[in-house]
Amino acid sequence: MAFEYEKYLRMDKIPHLWCPGCGIGIVLKAMLRSVENVGWDKNDISFVSGIGCTSRAPGYIDCNTLHTTHGRALSFATGVKLAKPDKNLVVFSGDGDATAIGGNHFIHACRRNIDMTLVVVNNNVYGMTGGQHSPTTPIGYKTNTTIYGNIDPTFDICLLAKAAGASYVARATVNKGRVLEKYITKGFQNKGFSVIVATANCHTQFGRKNKMSDPISSRKWIESREIPLEKARTMKAAELKDKVITGEFTTDEAETTFWENYNSPVHEYTEAYAKIIEKVQEK
Amino acid sequence: MKKSARFYSGAELVAKAAIDAGCRFYGGYPITPSSEIAEFMSVMLPKVGGTYVQMEDEIAAMGTIIGASLAGVKSLTATSGPGFSLKQENIGYAYMAEVPCVICNVMRGGPSTGLPTALAQADIMQAKWGTHGDHPVIALTPAYLEEIYELTIKAFNFSEIYRIPVMLMLDEVIAHLSAAINLPEKESLVIKDRRKPSVPPEKYFPYDTAYGDVPPMANFFEGYRYHVTGLSHDKTGFPTTDPELVQADQERHLRKVNWKKNEIVDYEYYLMKDAEIVIFAYGSTARAARVAVDNARKSGIKVGMMRFRVIWPLPEAEILKLCGRAKAIIVPEMNMGQLSDVIERYAADRTKIIRINHVGGVPIHPTDIHNKIREAL
Ligand SMILES: Cc1ncc(C[n+]2csc(CCOP(=O)(O)OP(=O)(O)O)c2C)c(N)n1
Ligand code: SF4
Ligand SMILES: [Mg+2]
Repeated sequence: MAFEYEKYLRMDKIPHLWCPGCGIGIVLKAMLRSVENVGWDKNDISFVSGIGCTSRAPGYIDCNTLHTTHGRALSFATGVKLAKPDKNLVVFSGDGDATAIGGNHFIHACRRNIDMTLVVVNNNVYGMTGGQHSPTTPIGYKTNTTIYGNIDPTFDICLLAKAAGASYVARATVNKGRVLEKYITKGFQNKGFSVIVATANCHTQFGRKNKMSDPISSRKWIESREIPLEKARTMKAAELKDKVITGEFTTDEAETTFWENYNSPVHEYTEAYAKIIEKVQEK
Repeated sequence: MKKSARFYSGAELVAKAAIDAGCRFYGGYPITPSSEIAEFMSVMLPKVGGTYVQMEDEIAAMGTIIGASLAGVKSLTATSGPGFSLKQENIGYAYMAEVPCVICNVMRGGPSTGLPTALAQADIMQAKWGTHGDHPVIALTPAYLEEIYELTIKAFNFSEIYRIPVMLMLDEVIAHLSAAINLPEKESLVIKDRRKPSVPPEKYFPYDTAYGDVPPMANFFEGYRYHVTGLSHDKTGFPTTDPELVQADQERHLRKVNWKKNEIVDYEYYLMKDAEIVIFAYGSTARAARVAVDNARKSGIKVGMMRFRVIWPLPEAEILKLCGRAKAIIVPEMNMGQLSDVIERYAADRTKIIRINHVGGVPIHPTDIHNKIREAL
């Protein structure tokens, strides 16, 4: 049976403002199917976003939706969550929103391991402002501000999230909507801070400057760069240059390094705070 | 003094009043001279089941209090100059989305890191124009400990009544004062809460002006499932660029405060009946001004003071009247003339404006004011 997206969408707000073929739509669909998978009541969910093409998503979702300022979505969401710890918080951010202007909030939300899910749509560019480079624009690629080829090094958002303390981290591309759905669902189920990076196409801004101005060629480019984590583990670091590792960035026994053990999350934040309240009130 | 009197600092009173006003959330980032407020809140909030969080910066702190308030929990943040600057973009968001909250700014010397531990009244204009765009402003300037308690509660009430962020502007001296005082009985307090929608979710619009200039506010998770944005929006809460709607909405925002000015402006006259020389003052400088007035009166000088407990909005009509009547107006301020500039516009050359502007971090002494009173004669 076809999935009833209408159940979760504000149909009167459709058509949406995204370009035809934009990757964001696939991520939104994966996210809505994930809501169905975990069975959350729409009244108990708040979708929060910053500013950007990606961040327009909450406007289309029939929940408590909060479209905030550029980069700050996680801080608004933290306030909502701390006020109502039993509710479900989902944050939707672009790569610029989450890791440039919002980079500080990003690492601190990971560190706090506060129970919410952040979905980052990484299209390697500032889509909404017309195609300037972002902290994830690959070296050598062109954007409106790197017309001679980008020299600004990139973040790997998943590694950043893990190092900062997020308790569930995964990445999939928009070429694999079902995988994305699986990861987002797991993120929702994780009691702690989850980061799911969706590698997506912005053919309009990023593609246009790099000889892939239609959705198909942009997604082929994404496909050509994707290396599943299992395979990546068998490869040399040099071979992984300019590749995008996908999968769940969990650390199984064999993989767990000294530093990851040393740096693993200690607790979920709202649970820890509830214990403080309990302790103080006992006195 | 009643037996129940106990020692309070200004900072503790902000925290206590906030909690008595129903505040159950504090998001902050430490900065001198406001940090004690955060410390008190971190101790007091868990006792009443509330939440304290220390964020990574003031931008985030401001974001958390907007989020918490949308979820139905009255919220406070406190900061000082540089932190107040960082909060400004999100303060603008709170104006635009009409989210009640209180921002306490314990003013210090600026610009930039300036004088971290010294007294100033440097942010009177930042409180009014700190964020971009037009918006209504309510800013309170207590001068006494009892008044900190009273005006902090008022700040929360204003924020809930008008759905706006309210600025509680202390200066370093006021925040760090400590004395034994009596607080009003809990039962005597008037506590206001945001007006909730009276219609079911299908009929609810978050910015519905059918109920007046301040739309009823549903909290998140109460079944209303609406949209909140910092973009210009229509009554449904969704973005619009319709020039007429945007214009009308901005005018409504200003009207929320302008039309209720009489219920918001708050000032005190001190020995004003026969005053020929008038001092306009607020915050700790008003305490010095009061001593100066007393001293000058002893030598028979007809001087009085108008003290602003609420600095924005100002009581325009009264100020205009005084500007027409006074022989001279003295405005002592711990900044380079942020209020004096405004008063000068009201005076429009009808009377002499004498400024006292200290920005070196030491209080204005009653003698400094007394000298100017003599000069005015
Ligand atoms: C404080 C502030 N600075 C800059 C902007 C302009 N701005 C809006 S969206 C954006 C970048 C969006 O890029 P990204 O987060 O990657 O989202 P995308 O549009 O690609 O989905 C910028 C720089 C802004 N709105 N606010
Ligand atoms: S500009 Fe790019 S990110 Fe924005 S809607 Fe178009 S394709 Fe999508
Ligand atoms: Mg982007």
